[in-house]
Amino acid sequence: MSIELRNISKKFGHFSALKDINLEIAEGELVALLGPSGCGKTTLLRIIAGLERPDSGHVMLNGVDKTSHHVSSRGIGFVFQHYALFRHMTVFDNVAFGLRVKPRRDRPSEAQIKQKVSSLLALVQLEWLGERFPDQLSGGQRQRIALARALAVEPEVLLLDEPFGALDASVRKDLRQWLRDLHQELHVTSIFVTHDQEEAMEVASQVVVLHNGNIEQQGSPADIYDYPRNAFVSKFIGQTNILSWRDLRREWLDEASLPGEQPGDGAVAHIRPHNISVEKAVSDIDTPLTIKDWQHLGAIIRIELRYPQLQAEHGSVIYAEMPTERFRELHLEKGDAVAVHIKHAQWFN
Amino acid sequence: MLKPISAMSAGSLQALNDPAWVRWSLIGFAFAFIALFLCAPLGLVLYQALAKGWDAYLNALTHPDALAALRLTLVVALITVPLNTVFGIAAAWAITRFEFPGKSLLETLIDLPFSVSPVISGLIFVLMFGSQGWFGEWLSAQHIKIIFATPGIVIATLFITFPFVARELIPLMQEMGNEEEEAALSLGASGWRTFFQVTLPNIKWALLYGVLLCNARAMGEFGAVSVVSGHIRGLTNTLPLHIEVCYNDYDAVGAFASASILAGLAVVTLILKTLLEWKQSRA
Amino acid sequence: MSLSYIMPGFRGTLAFTVFYLSLVVLIPLSSLVFKSFQLSWGDYWAIITHKRVLAAFKVSFATSFVAALATGFFGFIIAWVMVRYPVPGKRFLDALIDLPFALPTAVAGVVLATIYQPSGVLGQWLFNTFGLKVAYTPLGIVVALVFIGLPFIVRTVEPVLQEFDASMEEAAASLGASRWQIFSRVIFPNIFPALLTGVSLSFARGVGEYGSVIFIAGNLPYVSEIVPLLIVTKLEQYQYAGATAIALTMLVISFVLLLLINLLQRWVRMRSGQI
Repeated sequence: MSIELRNISKKFGHFSALKDINLEIAEGELVALLGPSGCGKTTLLRIIAGLERPDSGHVMLNGVDKTSHHVSSRGIGFVFQHYALFRHMTVFDNVAFGLRVKPRRDRPSEAQIKQKVSSLLALVQLEWLGERFPDQLSGGQRQRIALARALAVEPEVLLLDEPFGALDASVRKDLRQWLRDLHQELHVTSIFVTHDQEEAMEVASQVVVLHNGNIEQQGSPADIYDYPRNAFVSKFIGQTNILSWRDLRREWLDEASLPGEQPGDGAVAHIRPHNISVEKAVSDIDTPLTIKDWQHLGAIIRIELRYPQLQAEHGSVIYAEMPTERFRELHLEKGDAVAVHIKHAQWFN
Repeated sequence: MLKPISAMSAGSLQALNDPAWVRWSLIGFAFAFIALFLCAPLGLVLYQALAKGWDAYLNALTHPDALAALRLTLVVALITVPLNTVFGIAAAWAITRFEFPGKSLLETLIDLPFSVSPVISGLIFVLMFGSQGWFGEWLSAQHIKIIFATPGIVIATLFITFPFVARELIPLMQEMGNEEEEAALSLGASGWRTFFQVTLPNIKWALLYGVLLCNARAMGEFGAVSVVSGHIRGLTNTLPLHIEVCYNDYDAVGAFASASILAGLAVVTLILKTLLEWKQSRA
Repeated sequence: MSLSYIMPGFRGTLAFTVFYLSLVVLIPLSSLVFKSFQLSWGDYWAIITHKRVLAAFKVSFATSFVAALATGFFGFIIAWVMVRYPVPGKRFLDALIDLPFALPTAVAGVVLATIYQPSGVLGQWLFNTFGLKVAYTPLGIVVALVFIGLPFIVRTVEPVLQEFDASMEEAAASLGASRWQIFSRVIFPNIFPALLTGVSLSFARGVGEYGSVIFIAGNLPYVSEIVPLLIVTKLEQYQYAGATAIALTMLVISFVLLLLINLLQRWVRMRSGQI
């Protein structure tokens, strides 16, 4: 099911949670609503679900205006942040709930329900847990049961509120991969909310970055990472060096990284560490950069370059990244003077 | 709770342990106080009730006035407890599931009967329905008797026990949040179905607990009821009032026989309460 | 959080709540106010400044105050023992704490009167050994109010004591504080706001208490006659105006006191950094 939001606004008292949001999501996407806490992402998800009513604007599902439809008639499945499993029901009864509350003419027989629930439990790989109660499950198991329960009513859109928020780091990693696989298998349009950019980049096919109730950018993870539309997105998605036009030396830049037009005084370049390539300097007179330190991050090395003139938030340091192998070939030592070459930069005023 | 033994034995943290003499004197004091103030009264009720033997006890209990008082007490509880239970559920639902202006005022007003003296709670109904009250003349013209009759006792008890169920449910439902209910609604359940299948199972022990306290107070209320009842023997005396009448007549066995029933009710209430708290903590 | 969108039943439950509240509580209570309008200011003043009425107010508030303080002290020790020490039969004792809540006040009244009257078990002993008369004196009222107030203290202090972060104590100990210093400077200041709440609850309850007091008090005018009893007496003499005036005064004083106590609590919480 495709989703279209038109001019959605929502206020809580005097606080504007969402300001005139417009968003289109194509059928079958796996979308991350990404942003810092308080940016309005959960409110947006709840508005799509019909758990919250927007002050103005329209929610179109498959081109039909469903703004005034009740949550139960929108064809959505919602996975709550803290799962909201019914504590007094077994896992089986939890998953069966949505089927059992259907009006009698649509309600499957008990045998069909049993079969359906079993297949859903198999889908989430927890078929042996049917008779347990939610309190007896681990966080990751509860999460998957909540998903199975939402899927039982065959929703056309799956909405997940911080699906990995309450889980341990290792479980989170596994579940991310699992959610991706599941999405590929079911191909149901899915939207999840997260504040973790790494999670959004790893899982989603489309990322929507929200900030202060506005959509800052929408695009594929690669788009958003390489071509952030503004300084907020650039800083929020991954590490970046922020250098002003004054700080940069012309010889570091080539055509691809030069600003398109003559930059103003306030112009700054956002440069991802992997877009800075480092070479040993031929002579240490014509470069201000020296090696301060480095860290091994597995396959790549992060190098800290000392740049005394620079006055940045994190000190007079520029970060560069390169493959570990390449670093070994260069035989760099602390204090060595280096020359850099910037392959790509995003310019903002 | 208590520190683990390992923490106690660690030399530097010895200060976390109260000295033995302090510990024992405090424990001794607490036990003495509980024994003297709480256990002794319970024991005394039984002792006094049976002071002249079983026959006298049973005679006192089966005295027509005592039976009438018991019957009236049950009738009052049977009417007031269900009404206040329905109210408590509705109020808790409105307050914990919705935002609306004046919500905290409403909560304060619900608690109001707790902070009004029982005597005043009775007085206000005398002022409304008594012979000189607002509706006094009209009522006597219609030959309806509220004050010095059962309806007055019921209304005064309604007032006194008004907050009990709501008070138990509101904090619990607030803490539970409404995610489970939203989940049920998003899965297509109707409002009633959501209430009966999702909300009610989650609050049932607290609800029972509130009903229990409401009932104990409804059966045991003295001050308010004493003001509106008129103390007509065999007609408008509830059990607590019957105790007073017997006591003032120097009929100790009669007073304590009725008291033993109410004390039994209190003990049962406490046992059930402990059980329910245990259930709720596991739910 | 705006919960009001998809949850059903808002209008129905709220309408019923307000309707029932008005019918059972608000309209009847307002009768007190309207009835008092029938009194002239002079009449009102004459009633409540009558010597016997003033004496009753003094007895009611003084005994409630003393009782609340005493209950605060006893209740704190009991809560402390219950939470901190491995006491045998804890569950049983803990359930027993609520007895004054569950026991009808009339039962409590006749029992306490029987125990403390001059011929009663404790009454006799206290008189013979200490020359102390409990029943039929203000002291008797205090005893009854301590009984009634005990659960208010224990039930407000207990949970706070239970949740008290032990690492704060450990930190204090590691910084060299003695046990008494830990108690007086770390534990007690954290528990104090709850204790204050308990004391004020039991005070408020004590002022209005009737059933458990009248049997033991002896009800001697000017000595051990409490305000609620005076109201009942006036009613029995069909002096509705008098009863109303006294009741309204008591209600207003109680509410003002509750308000003051609330402010005091806010102030204490603020000072101890709990707000």
